[in-house]
Amino acid sequence: MNIESITNPKIIIKDLNFYYGNFRALKDINLSIAEKMVTAFIGPSGCGKSTLLRTFNRMYQLYPKQKATGEILLDGANILDSKQDLNMLRARIGMVFQKPTPFPMSIYDNIAFGVKLYESLSKHDMEARVEWALRKAALWAEVKDKLKQSGTGLSGGQQQRLCIARAIAVKPQVLLLDEPTSALDPISTAHIEKLIDELKEDFTIVIVTHNMQQAARISDYTAYMYLGDLIELGETSSVFTNPKRKETEDYITGRFG
Amino acid sequence: MFTHETRLKRQAIFDLLFRSLTRVCAFGVLALLAAIIISLLVGSMPAIHAFGFGFLSSSDWDPVNGRFGGMIPIIGTLVTSGIALLIAIPVSFGIAIFLTELSPRVLRRPLGIAIELLAGIPSIIYGMWGLFEFAPLFADHVEPWLNKHVGTLPYIGPFFSGPPMGIGLLTAGIILAIMVIPFIASVMRDVFDVVPTLLKESAYGLGATTWEVMWQVVLPYTKVGVAGGIMLGLGRALGETMAVTFVIGNAHDLSKSLLMPGNSISSALANEFNEAVGDLYTSSLIELGLILFFITFVVLSIARYMLYKLGQREGQAA
Repeated sequence: MNIESITNPKIIIKDLNFYYGNFRALKDINLSIAEKMVTAFIGPSGCGKSTLLRTFNRMYQLYPKQKATGEILLDGANILDSKQDLNMLRARIGMVFQKPTPFPMSIYDNIAFGVKLYESLSKHDMEARVEWALRKAALWAEVKDKLKQSGTGLSGGQQQRLCIARAIAVKPQVLLLDEPTSALDPISTAHIEKLIDELKEDFTIVIVTHNMQQAARISDYTAYMYLGDLIELGETSSVFTNPKRKETEDYITGRFG
Repeated sequence: MFTHETRLKRQAIFDLLFRSLTRVCAFGVLALLAAIIISLLVGSMPAIHAFGFGFLSSSDWDPVNGRFGGMIPIIGTLVTSGIALLIAIPVSFGIAIFLTELSPRVLRRPLGIAIELLAGIPSIIYGMWGLFEFAPLFADHVEPWLNKHVGTLPYIGPFFSGPPMGIGLLTAGIILAIMVIPFIASVMRDVFDVVPTLLKESAYGLGATTWEVMWQVVLPYTKVGVAGGIMLGLGRALGETMAVTFVIGNAHDLSKSLLMPGNSISSALANEFNEAVGDLYTSSLIELGLILFFITFVVLSIARYMLYKLGQREGQAA
């Protein structure tokens, strides 16, 4: 399957290379991310799947020795262009991390934090936005009576849903999830997976996961990566049942990795 | 068999002696602390009897007629320390942000070491530098400007008017600020360094700027440690003697203006103990010492408590 066969690409990646200092961590990646679908990146540790994800919001720019070359087109515009405003880019592309990272403030302020960076809403509108985001993240029922309490007092699974609510409160178009359930118990994981399925109605979702079953359960497209190369991209059902490449088959059948 | 038993016995005795010795050393510190407090209390009894709580609110300092009050040096100590913190906190915050977030990696260590070296300069050097270099510069270039532009403003004007002499409360506060910056900055840097990368990335990932990340996420996350560092700096500023004595002017005058000479508890003690004649004079100075001891003790206790709380929270997170 080549990149042209994804008919409604939100993101198109062309000849992307990524360097940690002199180490080339991504090698000529060409890939498309379908709009309002879930695309999963799988592969063994160190294959570059998180690195690839972190180029989409240029998170790597916090670190001086890291750089990317090539093109990442978001709705046709190259986000690696130095003229691209980072803050505006990150308003359009939200991210959730391996571990829950609630800010040291109230649940309400956690959600309002990102919104305040871009919009000056009235108190009433902000309350509506916070409720909207918490409902979308399936957390509203559990926290609606304690919005003023600290976000760090929630359970791990709730904290992660709070982080998802915080990311979508800004109304991004794309949601990047970097192993969002790796620190969670099975029940919380199931919550988040169900949530991801609902969120793809509104957002384009890219998820990095260590867990192949998870990729099989929740994604529409799966990309298998190995040592910085994109080995195979295809519809999840066909990647898992009928992989085109020998390497992919070895990995998903558990022969290594 | 016999020799073996003697040896065991000898070892047991040695062990007992050793344990007692370490215990004496450790409890010696406590005894010393208690002895200092008691001697300060006993020494200041005549003054406490003579003036009561009025000592705290009286600005008299009249060795000839034997009337003493501690208000001027107490205010001097609090005001100079307050000025020092007002300057040192934002500067230290800036230093810590630069060192943890913005500085190129190669500059971090040398800059960090330079700041720690600043903390190691003996205070008398700061005092001499303050008196011979800083005060004249301040009198020629800064104080006239303050007089002209700030001294004429309503409300805060009176604090910044007066003859530009170079020495005085403001100068002492600035010198103190320079002395406490390394303490506050290095504590701030240390606590900023332990903020989880993912937490900062989460804030950057929402599109926050470095300032927004530091001010709205990192600072609240580290607030206990930062407050502890500030208290540590305050403790040092309150007790600093030599540098302050050089530049504060050592005058028992109560003036609204920060440009006028004043006095602090520690510099009053350093200057006047030699010439104090009569029980009441000596006793009043000792009572000043007791008050300083009390203020510093409270401030340092708060600092310790805050840093302890911080350690506890880190323990939970780990």
